[in-house]
Amino acid sequence: MNGNMVQALNQALEQEMLRDDRVVILGEDVGVDGGVFRVTEGLLQTFGDERVIDTPLAESGIIGAAIGMAVYGLRPIAEIQFMGFVFPGFNQIVSHAARLRNRSRGRFTVPIVIRMPYGAGVKALELHSESTEALFCHIPGLKVVVPSSPFDAKGLLVASIRSGDPVIFLEPKKLYRAGRQDVPDDDYEIPLGTAKVVREGEGLTIICWGAMVPQAQEAAEAVEEKGIFPEIIDLRTLSPLDHETIIQSVQHTGRALIVHEAPKTCGLGAEIAAQINEKALLNLEAPILRITGQDIVVPLPKSENYYYPSPARIVRGIKKTMEF
Amino acid sequence: MLQILNEKGDVKKDLEPKLSKGDLKKLYSFMVTTRVADTKALKLQRQGRMGTFAQSLGHEACQVGSAYALETNDWTVPYFRDLGTYVTLGFPLKYWYLYWMGNEEGMHIPKEFNLFTITVPVGSQLPQAVGLGLAANLKKDRIGILSTFSDEATSTGDFHEALNFAGVYRTPNVFLCYNNQYAISMPRSKQTASKTIAQKATAYGFDGVLVDGNDVLAMYVATQEALNKAKNGDGPTLIEAYTYRRANHTTSDDASKYRPAEEVEAWEKKDPIDRFRIYLKTKGLWNESFEKQVQKDAEEQVEKEVRDAEATPSPPIEDLFSHTYSDIPQKLKEQMDELKAGLNEDDQ
Ligand SMILES: Cc1ncc(C[n+]2csc(CCOP(=O)(O)OP(=O)(O)O)c2C)c(N)n1
Ligand SMILES: [Mg+2]
Repeated sequence: MNGNMVQALNQALEQEMLRDDRVVILGEDVGVDGGVFRVTEGLLQTFGDERVIDTPLAESGIIGAAIGMAVYGLRPIAEIQFMGFVFPGFNQIVSHAARLRNRSRGRFTVPIVIRMPYGAGVKALELHSESTEALFCHIPGLKVVVPSSPFDAKGLLVASIRSGDPVIFLEPKKLYRAGRQDVPDDDYEIPLGTAKVVREGEGLTIICWGAMVPQAQEAAEAVEEKGIFPEIIDLRTLSPLDHETIIQSVQHTGRALIVHEAPKTCGLGAEIAAQINEKALLNLEAPILRITGQDIVVPLPKSENYYYPSPARIVRGIKKTMEF
Repeated sequence: MLQILNEKGDVKKDLEPKLSKGDLKKLYSFMVTTRVADTKALKLQRQGRMGTFAQSLGHEACQVGSAYALETNDWTVPYFRDLGTYVTLGFPLKYWYLYWMGNEEGMHIPKEFNLFTITVPVGSQLPQAVGLGLAANLKKDRIGILSTFSDEATSTGDFHEALNFAGVYRTPNVFLCYNNQYAISMPRSKQTASKTIAQKATAYGFDGVLVDGNDVLAMYVATQEALNKAKNGDGPTLIEAYTYRRANHTTSDDASKYRPAEEVEAWEKKDPIDRFRIYLKTKGLWNESFEKQVQKDAEEQVEKEVRDAEATPSPPIEDLFSHTYSDIPQKLKEQMDELKAGLNEDDQ
C-alpha cells in the first residue's frame, strides 16, 4: 500500500483483528463514524459491533472496561479521541493498568493499547493540542510509543497490540495526512524500545520524536549550507528509552540537541539529557540543549506558532550548540 | 413533557407565562440574532476566517429561553454550544467570535458578567458549577447557577459526582441538559439506557423535568421555576430540554455519515423560531415590517461584532506568558526573551 499514516494505522488494526480474534476496539465514535480522524474507518462493517464498540463519552469507563476485558483474555485497543481528554481515564491508567501485573504478582496482565492523537500545529481548540507524553513515561509499567511515519506507524502499532503490557500509543495528528509512503501489506513489527537513526551525520545528534521529526529534518537541511550535518534520532518508543542508540550516537558526534513540543520543564528532554550525562559526559563538547514548547498552555491557533518549535528555532539551537 | 407552544404555534393558555409584549419581542429578536450570528460564523469558517466551531442551529429556544430567566447576580456555566446564551446575556459577541477565530483576546470575560469560561472536556464544568453553589450557600447569597451541557455529558463520571454533591448539599444549581439527540455520531439511545435524562435526577434526590427544548416559552418557564426554587433554598433541578442538533457536530464533522437526512428534515419542521413567530402573529405582535427590523438589527449587530473581532490583533507575546501564574517566574521570562530574540533574528 502507498498511504498516509491514517491508512497505515487502519491497515494495522484491520490485519491484527483478522489475525487475532481477541483484538477488540472501543472508544467514542470509533464505529459508525470510523473515528473522528477515520483511523477505524470500515472496521465496524468488517468486524461487527461486538468487536468495534462505540462507547458513551466516558474515558474512565473506556479504559477501565478495556482493563477488565484484557484481564478476561482479550486484547483491547481503546481510542481516546484527543490526548487532552485522557485525564478522566488517568486514574484507570495510573492506578490500575500500570500496576495490575505487579499487584497480582503476574496473575493479571493488561495487554491493552490506548491510542490517542496528540500534539499541536493543527490550529485546534483548547485541549486539542497537548503533548503530555512525559506524564505517561513517568509511570512505571506503561510503555509509550510515538510513530513519525506511515511505515513506522503500522509496525509499531502491530508490536504494541502484541505486547504484553499496557501501551500508550501516541499519534501525531499533524502527521496523520502529512505524507504518503510505501507500507508493506505484509505483517511486520517494529520492536518496541528501538530508536531509529533517520539521518546519519556528524558533530551533533538531534533527538526527537513524532511531529518533531520532520521539523528537525527541515532544520538539518537548512544548516547543511553552513557545513553542519546533524545526525537525527527518532526515538519511536519513549518508554522504555533506547539508551544504546542515543549514547552511541552522542559518543560519535559529541553534541546533543533534544527537540520536543511538550513544555520544557520536566519534559522527556530532561530525562534524556540526564541519561547522556550519566553515560557519555566525557564525550560532550557542548552542553546538551533543549528546543521545546514553552512552559505555558498551548495558545489558541493564532498564537500557536509562538509555542511550537519551528525549524527556525531548531536551527538556532543547532548553531548555539555548534558554536559553544 | 412541558410544552406551552406546540409545533404549530398553538398555545396552552393555562401555562402561558405573564410576559410583557416587550419581553416576547425580545425573546424573538434574541433567537433571530442567535441564528444570524451562527450563520455568519459558519460563513466565516468556510472562508477560512474562523476556526472549527460548534453550531447552535436548532438550539435557539433552549439557549435563549433559559438564559432569559437569569437575573443579574445569577451565574451561568456554559459549554461549547451556547451562542444563544451569550446573545441573551448581552455578552459582547466580539469575544465569542475572537475565541473561535483562535485569538486569545476572545478569552476575556468582562467583569459585569457572572459567566464562566467555555469548557472543552465534556461534563467537567459540572462539579465546578456545584462549587459555585456551595460557595453561594456559605455566603448566604441568594443566587441561582445555570449550567448547560448536552446529553453526552450525562455519561461522564463528573456528571454523577456533580449531581450527587448538589443533591447532598442542596446547592442552588440548575442543570440544564440540551438533549439534542447526538454526541457527534452517537445517538442518544446508545448513550444511556434510561428512558429519559430528566429521570436521572430522581436518583440524586431532586426534581428532573422534561421540557420541549424547541419551545422558548416552556424553556423560560421551566428555568425560571428552577432558579426560583434554587434561590428559595429548595435545592437543585435537572432540566432536560428535548431538542435536536440540526447542524454537523462541528464544522469538522460530516453528520450525513451517521444519520438520515429525513430525520434532520423532520426536525426542521419543529423550528423554534418559526413556532414562536406564529405565536407572536396570533398575539398581534408580529408583522412583515417588525420581521424586517429584527433581521436588520441582528445583521447590523453581528456585522459590527465581526468587524471588531477581525480588527483585533492577536495579543502580544507577553500576554501569552503572563496568564500562566500570578507572577512570571524566571524560567518563563527566559523563554519569553529567547523567543523574542529569535523572532527578531528571523525578521532580519
Ligand atoms: C472528556 C471529553 N472527551 C471527548 C471529547 C470530544 N468530544 C467533543 S464534543 C463530543 C460529543 C459531545 O456530545 P454532547 O455532550 O451531547 O454535546 P453536543 O455536541 O451534542 O452539544 C465529544 C466526544 C471532549 N470534548 N471531552
Ligand atoms: Mg448532544
